[in-house]
This record gives sequence, C-alpha cells and structure tokens, in this order.
Amino acid sequence: MPVIGLDNRKVVPHDTGMSKAHMAPLREEIMGKWSRRRGAPSLDDVAGNGLINRRALLGKGIAIAGAVGATGAATGAGAEPLIDAPWSLAFGEITPPLQTPSPFEKNVARALSNPNGEFRNSHARTPHQLLGGTVTPNSLHFSINHCGIPDIDPAQHKLVIHGMVRQPLEFTLETLSRYPLVSRMAFVECAGNSAGMFAKVPLQVPAGLIHGLVSNSEWTGVPLSTLLDEAGIDPTAKWLVAEGADGGFLDRSVPVKKAYDDALVAIYQNGERLMPGNGYPMRLLLPGYQGNMNVKFLRRIKVINQPAYSYFETKAYSQVLPGGKTWRFHFVMEVKSFITHPSFGLNLKEPGLYAISGVAYSGTGRISKVMVSADGGKSWGEAALQGPIHEKAFTRFVMPWRWDGQPAVLMSRAYDDGGNVQPLRAEFVAARGEAANPVTTPLAFPNQHYNSITSWAVDSEGGIKHVYV
Amino acid sequence: MSTYKPLAALAFALSFIAAPAFAQNAGLGKPISDADIKQWDIAILPDGTNLPPGSGTPAKGAKIFAEKCSACHGDSAKGGVTPFYPSLVGGQPLTNGIDTVKTIANYYAYATTIFDYTRRAMPYNMPRSLNDDEVYSLTAYILSLNKLIGDNDVMDAKTLPQVKMPNRDNFIMPYPDRL
Repeated sequence: MPVIGLDNRKVVPHDTGMSKAHMAPLREEIMGKWSRRRGAPSLDDVAGNGLINRRALLGKGIAIAGAVGATGAATGAGAEPLIDAPWSLAFGEITPPLQTPSPFEKNVARALSNPNGEFRNSHARTPHQLLGGTVTPNSLHFSINHCGIPDIDPAQHKLVIHGMVRQPLEFTLETLSRYPLVSRMAFVECAGNSAGMFAKVPLQVPAGLIHGLVSNSEWTGVPLSTLLDEAGIDPTAKWLVAEGADGGFLDRSVPVKKAYDDALVAIYQNGERLMPGNGYPMRLLLPGYQGNMNVKFLRRIKVINQPAYSYFETKAYSQVLPGGKTWRFHFVMEVKSFITHPSFGLNLKEPGLYAISGVAYSGTGRISKVMVSADGGKSWGEAALQGPIHEKAFTRFVMPWRWDGQPAVLMSRAYDDGGNVQPLRAEFVAARGEAANPVTTPLAFPNQHYNSITSWAVDSEGGIKHVYV
Repeated sequence: MSTYKPLAALAFALSFIAAPAFAQNAGLGKPISDADIKQWDIAILPDGTNLPPGSGTPAKGAKIFAEKCSACHGDSAKGGVTPFYPSLVGGQPLTNGIDTVKTIANYYAYATTIFDYTRRAMPYNMPRSLNDDEVYSLTAYILSLNKLIGDNDVMDAKTLPQVKMPNRDNFIMPYPDRL
C-alpha cells in the first residue's frame, strides 16, 4: 500500500476508504487538462513520504503541474508585472578568450585542506552540492598533491617505458598526440574519499566535504596497451610501476592485467589539456581504480615481476580491518551513490515538489539501478537514471519528491551490472569497522574505501542534517 | 561524396608509408638505452632488486637526520610540530582500531620501502639531493630507532631486504583475480 503524499492527503484523508472516483474531480481541478491526457503517467507515490513514480519525469511536466497547482500559482495570482532588467538595457561585456563563471557563482569552488599554503600536502574537493549533470568542470575536479603541483614544460616532459620489454622507449606529448586517441568517461576517486563517514558521529558538513574526492570527466588518450606492445612487453611480466614527475616522484604498482584491460595515458580532460593539478601534461588513467594509482605527471612505466610496495601503496591507500589485518591490492572503488540535492546546506524553503538527485558510480561496471528512500530506508522507490550510462563513470539519478513539510530522511542506494549493491551502513560497519577515535574534521582519513549510504535528514523547517540510519 | 577522394588518397598513401610500421607497431616511441634511463630508474623492489651500491649505519644516519630531517620530523624522529609530520618511531597495535595511525613499526611490510621513499622524496623541499650512502644511513637510523635492527648494523643492498618487518604477515589479498 503506497503512502499518500501531501497533495492527496489534503484532498482525501488516507484512512477514509474513499474511492478514486471521489478524488477524480479534485485531481482534475489541480492538474487541469493534463490529467485527462491519454497515457499520462501515474502520480501515485512509489515509496513512502512522497516519492513519486520516476515515470512522472517523462510526462512533460505533469508532476510539476500538480505541485504548482496546489499553491494556486497556476492561475498567475502571485505574479508581478514584468519589467526589462538593467542588464537588458545596456551593451554587455566583450566576449573574452577564456571564459570564467559568472561572479554570482563565486561560491562554487573547491574546499581546500591547506588554504594557507603550509609546507605539506594539499587537497581540493569538488563541491558536488553545487553542481549538476555528470561532468565535473575541469576547474572543479578534485586534486590531491602530496608534494605540490609541478610546473611542467610539456615540450620538455618525457614518458619512458622500460624494464621487462624488448626495447625501452621514450615518448613525448607530441608523439603521443599522433596516435589514434580514444575517449571515455571515467570517474577518478581517491581511496580516502568519504573517509569522514568512518566517524561514529555523522559530520555536519556539505556533500562536497564528505564526498568531494571523486570527480568525473571525459578523458582522452592513448591506450597503455598500445604503448606496452610497441615496447614489446615480456609475457611473463605481471606488474608495472608507474611514476610521476612531481617532486617526490609518486609511484604505484599496477597489475599488467589492468594495463591491458582499460588503462589510458590521458592527455586531454573534457576536451582540453589536463589541468596541472590533474596531471598535466599526461597521466595514467585506470578506470575504477583508486585515484592515487592514476599516476599524474606520468614520466615512467617500468615493467617488473613483483609489486614494488611503494610508500603510497604501503602506507596510505590500504585499509586496516577490524582485528588489525589489512587488505592489500584492493584497488577497485566499489559501487556507491550519494544525494547531492537536497543535501546539507541546501535547506528546503517550503513544502512542495523537489527533485532528489545525486550521482552513482561503480569501479566494476555500469550503474544498473538506484533506489531512493525518503523515510529512512523503510520503503524505496527506483530513481530515473539519466543516460547514457557509461561504465566506471558517474550516472546521475533523479527522483521526484513531494515534501509535505514533515521530517524525512533521504537516502540513495546504488546497484551495478556486476550484481554489486551499495552496502547499508550497518553492513558496512560490521565488515569494515568504524573509527575508534572521534573524527573532528572531514579532512581526516581514519580509513579507506568507504562506500556505504549517505542519509540526509530533513526537519519540519526544511533544515538538513547528516545522519546515520 | 566530396570527402571520398581525399580519404581514398589517404588510404592509398598509408598503405605504402604507414601501414608497414603499424603492422608491427606505431613506431612513434623513440628507442632509449638503459644507461640513459639510469637516473630515473629508482624504484626499489622488496626483494632488494635495484638497490644501489653503498652502505650506512644508524650512527651516521643520526647525524644526517639532525641536519636535514629533524626540522620537520622532530628531534630523534619523534614527530614534528604539526600532525602532518608524525613520529617515525613506534606505533600502536593495529588491533586498537581501524583508524590506528600506520607506522613503520606497526605497518610497513618491507624495509625497502623506507629506502625507496627517502631517496625519491626526501627532504621534501629537495628530493633526490641525498646520496645513496646517506639514504642507507637514514634508513638504518630509522630502523634502529624502531628496534628493528641493532644499533651497529650496517644497511646495504644485501642486508636491507633481510630486515623482517613485524607486520609483514598481517595482510590479506581479498581479490587475487585482479592481479
């Protein structure tokens, strides 16, 4: 039995047993001619607390007409006479060579871990709660730099492939650009993304501070397999060590298996050269694998017969389990989703129609389904997925929702085409644990590879808090 | 059909010029000798592969540390003034919790990692400025502070890989199919 949302509850109390025939004239009053259109999608709730059938989204405004009708705005009663705005009555700015966002959008910026430029690592997190769609603008792509961002002259930069190969080879940006390039969508996610959720008490910060160490781009480059084949890789080799040209020469071991699966040496990001903080002029792209392995400023690939146990694969990017053992060579960023709208900091102004929206992704394949709940997981409805759905890339999900002004808890849960399901928090904590010590900042990394569900609690004032369910 | 003729011409040209190269490979990589790669060839493997000649002792390392490392890592490597430079000595048991700080003593599986990272990345403001004897000495010093080698043990390409790190056997490979 579906729970009835705000509009219907006002019209007909849920428990009177009145038939749909009684409701019909009132629905028609609200929705006008649209309610009579043949094949019009159902406005029935698909899950508790006002979640509306996702097919309503395909109904060319039906759900929205219903919601607006309830406020009387459909009659134009609240409107004011239109006037020409000052910007329409003047000659505007001359078109610049490189455009930047409107000054009104200046708060759409990355959150920094090291805003005062101290002599240490520096992180910048994507403000997901302020973005739409699936492509992260290059200026807002997350970036982690352990030794600062190197100032690389692309004409001087070299990439060397050597080790267990027939012929060591050197490549430049110019020579790589001559290959038939391939493009693909891919998210890159730091293994420490969402690590603040290992805290026993939910952090009260925006989605971008919790989940801002994942971003999604179209990457263009040369398949690594092409370059390895050109050098003539020894068929017995099982590992590569990939190394950057940053101060510190960050390096990671990568299975040859992944290199021949879908690895790229990327030289474009969303159509332009890589941003310096994202690896200019070339980076390794290992779709679905933890961000740190996608070595930036790529200068060297050595084919070897054993993993190198470099500093970063040794110390930072692996996870200690309850009991003290550690997972090694986990690599894959597992199926995950989070709601960006509404979320912490985006309070609801009034009851009515909203779209619950967010991103879902999986390091093993394509998103097959996202379920959304508005009642803290008691009931779930299937969200609409915005296509095309790429593997190992963001998929945006949308679920229309009528907020009735009562408390609600919004959650999303992603499924991928490999049969993997985003774990409930209780399941996740049982398997992977939570921090023993208090976590006082979202910038901390109590552990790695967090992929459980994020829950946003809406109070009766429309305020939003981060909660655990 | 305006594009037909140029494409046909291109295909014709490729069939004579580029195709033989592509049949084997693109031929765009420029051959380079191992000797010319030497300066970059710095990854040390856990079995000691690629460790350079040279050696060092904890005593020599202590002097270098005081001069080049303690500004960040603190006296005797006990930790710097900010949490970003934690102690390089000791560590809590990992059974204390999943958020236990991972250290050389409680976590590292191989001593070669200390040598490799020190040589490639330290000091933070002057990477690759230490010579190999200095790196062996600093590695020996850190290992001795953690009681993982004796105070007079010499670290070199032969001895370093033999240092048994306490946590080496506490790793699980959940997904061997990915390797």
